[in-house]
Amino acid sequence: MDLENQRRIKEFAEQYGSEDFILVLGGGEAEASGLAAETVSVGDPTFAGPLAGVSLGLKAYHIFELKDEIDPAVYEEQISMMEMVLDVDAIMQEVATYRG
Amino acid sequence: MNFPVIKGASYGLIQACDMVRYQGTTQTSEMRLNPASEYLAQMPGHLRAFADAVAYPPNQVYIGNLRPRALRDIPSPWYNNPIPNASAQGTYGAILPQEDFLGLMKAVDKFDLVLLEESFQNAAAERLAANAAVSGWKALAALQKGQAEAAQIEALVQEHKAEPLYNGGKLVGCVKKAHDFDAALSEHVMFENLVAKASAAFALALLLQKTGLAAEEVDYIIECSEEACGDMNQRGGGNFAKSIGEICECLNATGSDMRSFCAGPAHAMVTASALVQAGIYKNVVVLAGGASAKLGMNGKDHVKKGLPILEDMLGAFAVHIGENDGVSPIIRTDAVGRHRIGSGASPQAVMQAIVAEPLNRVQLRISDVDCFSAEMQNPEITEPAGAGDVPLANYKMIAALGVMCKDFEKSELAAVVDRIGMPGFAPTQGHIPSGVPFLGHCRDMILEGALNRVMIIGKGSLFLGRLTNLFDGVSFVVERNPGKADEPAQEATSNEAVRSAMAEAFSSLAASLRAQ
Amino acid sequence: MGILQGKKVAILGDRDGIPGMAIEECVRTAGADVVFSTTECFV
Repeated sequence: MDLENQRRIKEFAEQYGSEDFILVLGGGEAEASGLAAETVSVGDPTFAGPLAGVSLGLKAYHIFELKDEIDPAVYEEQISMMEMVLDVDAIMQEVATYRG
Repeated sequence: MNFPVIKGASYGLIQACDMVRYQGTTQTSEMRLNPASEYLAQMPGHLRAFADAVAYPPNQVYIGNLRPRALRDIPSPWYNNPIPNASAQGTYGAILPQEDFLGLMKAVDKFDLVLLEESFQNAAAERLAANAAVSGWKALAALQKGQAEAAQIEALVQEHKAEPLYNGGKLVGCVKKAHDFDAALSEHVMFENLVAKASAAFALALLLQKTGLAAEEVDYIIECSEEACGDMNQRGGGNFAKSIGEICECLNATGSDMRSFCAGPAHAMVTASALVQAGIYKNVVVLAGGASAKLGMNGKDHVKKGLPILEDMLGAFAVHIGENDGVSPIIRTDAVGRHRIGSGASPQAVMQAIVAEPLNRVQLRISDVDCFSAEMQNPEITEPAGAGDVPLANYKMIAALGVMCKDFEKSELAAVVDRIGMPGFAPTQGHIPSGVPFLGHCRDMILEGALNRVMIIGKGSLFLGRLTNLFDGVSFVVERNPGKADEPAQEATSNEAVRSAMAEAFSSLAASLRAQ
Repeated sequence: MGILQGKKVAILGDRDGIPGMAIEECVRTAGADVVFSTTECFV
């Protein structure tokens, strides 16, 4: 995950706490999405950014996992085409792994 | 409508292993944040030899020795399946080793900023004098003088007055800062700008060599890389285009720089087409050089997964857009797609704006387009880094859009992707992969009758500049020339008809005003 | 109660997946408060 984004997310986590603050991902690929979820949960596995060795315990969801909560018309307009393009099941499965 | 045509295209690659290590931002960031890292220690062992870069199938496609779809028949990974007896010379271009390129950087430097060690410079001068693409450059005279001593170069680098130039791990030269404290003229910025200039000049030289376009025939040059040149009072003042034309002695040309991240080349192609169709200029060249910052961008993932550092190539291209000759493929300026500010950010809104809308405007469907060239990043580079197969994702999006537009059934998705697509083959150099690497192949395949209509798509991540969250995308359609270039006699008649129609309109307007 | 309702949300979009702005439009309809939204680019 981008180092500047790690820094910003760390700040927000400190401000709001892990109960009220969640991350929503739009990754196009399972591994990269999982990496982002892992980074905000247990720390940056690449040990490159501000979240290296920092366990924020944040929950991350891919937008695909939240489909039921979104206004169907808006979801259709914004996301539906990418359901035909990306490997939805693999992405959802990978991201869910890091929520414990 | 008398559409402009694609008269020719050229493609240059430069293998720059030492620049990966010393100037690629992934590596320089690592040196800053974690200088003792395992990655920096392992990375040099993953760099490949020049011969391996030449024989690498995607690079052979880029310079025109193989068609893109030939990659479908080469087993993956391509880096383990080199092309036998591959040549660094290609139908559309050439691959240059770093030691020659450093000589080119010295040749294009007009402010004595580039210093090369004496024996290195002399050897580079000799090799470049024998390189048919650039041997005619008057600028090569710069290599006959100003040879530096190793100690002088070392001192400048140590005192942070110059960016180091390495070759084979050895310090062989440097690029000096152009001002004591102006950040826009720092040694690093000057290095990046000279890389962009030298590589674009190389591509322009290849275009002149390969297509027979004469330097003095070029009227206008649009440079569309992702660099900025200027000083602290106008950081992006420009103008790369004229500085590049000067090197190739395009004495009748002027030019300017156009920017839109990776979508820059598509904007430049549309603008060049408009300038030619409007009759403002007869011959316009769209070109760009490479980005040293992006070398080794995904290197950490490549090293971790045991791959060679595949991002060791600087890319460059030049395309000649000219007046309709009745033969060369036309650019359909009536079917230009654009992502509008109000189009929306969702992938379907973007694809609707740049694919479906322009086709609808000229009563075409997605199924009428034989092939799309969107973002031709080599998937062997992006997939290990978690960025997926970018061209394939684009083809799936186009096919999915076709399903939503009822051009295809959902069950046909895979077959459509196969029919309209091709494997990515371009180095991940930002603006370089964005649609244009296919123009050379596309021109010849249309002339050969293998293709009839192609859509070229450029997309850009404007949000990286932190001024807007907007995305960008531009497309245009290239088509077989129907062979109906306007003949002078017909033009005279039609002009006559227009004049008389206008005269009639004016007189009836005058009559109605009088009546009031 | 849903996952998004009343939550502060940071969005990490992907240029070659779902971009940040498209996710913003969606999560707002579920009552989330978007405090940060960005899009990453790997190419």
